[in-house]
Amino acid sequence: MKDTTTSFQPSPARPAPTRQVAAISWLRSNLFGSWFDTIVTLFITALLLSFVPNLIQWLFLSATYAGDDEVCRQNGGACWPFIVEKFQVLMIGVYPQDLSWRPGLAGLALLVLAGLTYTDRIRGVTLIAAWAILPIFALMMIGGAFGMQEVDQSVWGGLMLSIMLALVGVIVSIPLGILLALGRHYGSPAIKVLCVTFIELLRGVPLITILFMASVMMPLFLPPELVINNLLRIQIGMILFSSAYMAEVVRGGLQAIPKGQSEASLSLGVSSLYTVTFVIVPQALRHVLPPLIGRCIALFKDTSLVIIVGLLDFLGMIKGAALDTDWLGFQAEAYVFAAFVYWLICYSLSLYGRQLEQRGPNAHT
Amino acid sequence: MNTTKRNPKSGFSLESLGSLILQVGVLFAVLGVAYLLFANTQKNLEIRGIESGFAFLWHEAGLPIGDSLIDYDPSRGYGYAFLVGVLNTLLVSALAIVLSTILGIVVGVSRVSNNWLLAKCATVYIETLRNLPLLLTLFFVYTVVLASLPHPREAIAIAEGYYISKRGIYLPRPLAEDGFAVFAAASIVALGLAFAFWRWAGAYKLRTGRSVHGFWGGLVILGTLCALSFLATDRPIGSEMPVYKGFNFKGGLALKPEFAALLIGLMLYTAAFIGENVRSGIQSVHAGQIEAANALGVSQGVVTRIVLLPQALRVTIPATTNDYASLVKNSSLAVAIGYPDMVSIGGTIIGQNGQAIEIIAMWMAVYLTINLVISLAMNVLNARVQIVER
Repeated sequence: MKDTTTSFQPSPARPAPTRQVAAISWLRSNLFGSWFDTIVTLFITALLLSFVPNLIQWLFLSATYAGDDEVCRQNGGACWPFIVEKFQVLMIGVYPQDLSWRPGLAGLALLVLAGLTYTDRIRGVTLIAAWAILPIFALMMIGGAFGMQEVDQSVWGGLMLSIMLALVGVIVSIPLGILLALGRHYGSPAIKVLCVTFIELLRGVPLITILFMASVMMPLFLPPELVINNLLRIQIGMILFSSAYMAEVVRGGLQAIPKGQSEASLSLGVSSLYTVTFVIVPQALRHVLPPLIGRCIALFKDTSLVIIVGLLDFLGMIKGAALDTDWLGFQAEAYVFAAFVYWLICYSLSLYGRQLEQRGPNAHT
Repeated sequence: MNTTKRNPKSGFSLESLGSLILQVGVLFAVLGVAYLLFANTQKNLEIRGIESGFAFLWHEAGLPIGDSLIDYDPSRGYGYAFLVGVLNTLLVSALAIVLSTILGIVVGVSRVSNNWLLAKCATVYIETLRNLPLLLTLFFVYTVVLASLPHPREAIAIAEGYYISKRGIYLPRPLAEDGFAVFAAASIVALGLAFAFWRWAGAYKLRTGRSVHGFWGGLVILGTLCALSFLATDRPIGSEMPVYKGFNFKGGLALKPEFAALLIGLMLYTAAFIGENVRSGIQSVHAGQIEAANALGVSQGVVTRIVLLPQALRVTIPATTNDYASLVKNSSLAVAIGYPDMVSIGGTIIGQNGQAIEIIAMWMAVYLTINLVISLAMNVLNARVQIVER
C-alpha cells in the first residue's frame, strides 16, 4: 500500500480525424476497422465466393423450368418441373382431385384472414371470433358437411394437414393454456398442484413421446367401444403438449400485472370472475403476445414430427416425393422447396410478432 | 396479498369451507377419471393379451443395435438394450450441448460485431435455422449433405487417419498403452497444482494488491507437468488408424452418418437459439458502461471479462438452460433418421411386445431426470452470476 499516490500521466492526444469520402469511411469503419476485422472480412468473402456463385448457378441459371426428368438430368441444375408436378401432392396429399377446390377455398380464407390481421384491419372481438371460426370452416370444407361429399381423414395430407394441425392446435391450446396458467397462479392448493404437475410433466418430455402416447397408448386408456381415429388422437396430443407451453407464457404475463389492478377492480365491487376475465387476462395477454406468436411458430415447426407416428404431412409428402422412382436423384430440390415454404410461413409469423412487439405495452422499455 | 390469493373462479376466499369442498371435489374427480382410465387399460390389455409389469426387461431382446457405447449383442435383455439407448441419447446430447454452445457464442458475438459483413452473415444464419423445423434440417443433412460425400474409396482425407466419406467420418482411435495410468495420475496432480496456484494468485492479489497472472501461470504449470510426464512415461497414448479395406474403413473411431447427421443437425439448430441468447445478453448491458470503461483506459480484454461478461451472462444463462433442455428432448428425433437412441429403441420394443405403458413411463422418467439435472446444474451457475441483493 505504499505507492498509491502516483501522479496522473495523460496519454498524448490523438490527431484529429481526417476527412474521408462517405463510402470509404463506411468501408473503413464497418469492414476494415482493425487488422482482425480485415482478416475476418477477407475470410468471409472468400468463403461466400466459394459457394454462393455455385448455388445461384444451380438454383437459377442452369436450372430447368420446363420439361421432364431427362431434360433435368442433361441440364444438371435444379429441376423445378419436379416440384411443379408434385405440387398438388405436396399441398393436399392424396385428397380427391376433383374436390381440391374445397381445401383451396379454406386456404384462401386463411390467407385473407391472415392479411387482414397483419394489416391490422380487424381487431378485438371480431379478430378472435374470426380466428375461432376459421378452423371450423376449414374442417367442414375439407371433411365435408352440409351434404357435401365426405372425405375420410385417412387421405388428408400435405401442407394442408400441417397447417390444420397447427391452426387447431394453437386455437384450442391458447384458452387451455390460459386456464392452466390461472390455475397455477391463482388456484387453491389442490388445483395448483394439479396444474403444476400437468405443465411440468408435459414440458419435461419430448413431443415424440407424447405423440407415441397419443397414437399407441390412448386406445388402451379408452373403453374398447370408443374408437378415436389416429389423426384426432395426435391432434389431442399436440393440443395438450402445446397448452403446457402456452400456460408458461401466459403465466409470465400474469406475473407482470401489478397487484393494484385486481385490488382496484375488486374494491369497486367487481366479482372475481369478471376481474380475471376483463381486467387481468386481457392485460396479461397483451404483454405476452410476442412470445405467444413464438410458440405458434414452434408448434407449426413441431407438426413435422407427425410423420414419425404415420401421418403424411408436408414434410412427409416431401420425403415421399424425394423417393419417387420416376424422379430419382432430385431430393435436394424437394428439401430446398420444403425449407422455402416452412421458412416463408415461420418468418412471416415472426415478422408479425415483431410488429406486435413494437406497438405492445413493452414497446419503449 | 389476500385479495390476489383468492380463488377468482370460485368466488370464495381461500380460508372458507367452500373452497375446501371444491378442492376435494376436484381431487376426487381427477382420481375418479384416473381410476376409470386404469380400469379401461386393464380390460384393454387383457383383450389384446399384452402382459404388464417390468418383467420383460430381462427377456431376450433379439434386436440388433448399430451404435453402442457398451458391449451389446442381441441375446441381451430388453432392459440392457434400453440402457444402450439411454447412453446414446446422453452421448449425442452432451456432445451437441458443447458444440452448439461454442458455435452459438461465435454466432451471437458475430451478430453484434462492428464488422457489417460478419453481422449480416450471422443474422442470415440465425433467421434461417430458427425458422426451419429441426426435422427438416436433419433430413437435409442426412440425405442431401452427407449422401453427397464421396464413397469411402475416394474419401476426403484431411490428414493421415482423418477421413470423411458418405459412410461416416473416421478418426484415429486413441489407445491407452503402457504407463497410461502413471500419466493420468500425473495429469490429475498437475491439474490440482494449477488450480491451487490460481486460487493462491487470487488470494495474494486480495491480500497485497499486486497482480499475479494466476490463470496463465496455472496453464503453464499444467502444460509443463503434463508434457514432462508424457515424455517420462514414453508416450502412453497411441492411436489406431482407420484403414480402407474391402469397400469401407476398418478400425479407428467411426462416426456413423446417422450419428453425425443428428449431431450436426442438433448443433446447427440449437446454436441459432443460443446465438440469440448471447446477442440479447450482450445488448442488455448498457452501452454507457462499456464507454465508461473504455474512457478510463481499461483494455478491451478486461472490459469484456469484468464489465460485459458478468452482466451479459445474467440474461443469457436462464434462456440457455431452456435451450439445453430442448436440445436433449430434440435428440429424440434420432428415431426419424435411424440413430438408436432411447426413443428409437423403445419404439422398437413397443412394436415387438406392445408394452407401451412401461416404455413410455421409462422414457418420461429418464427425460425428466436429465432435465432436472440440467436445470439444477444451470441454477448453480446462475446463482453465481446473478446480482446478490443485500
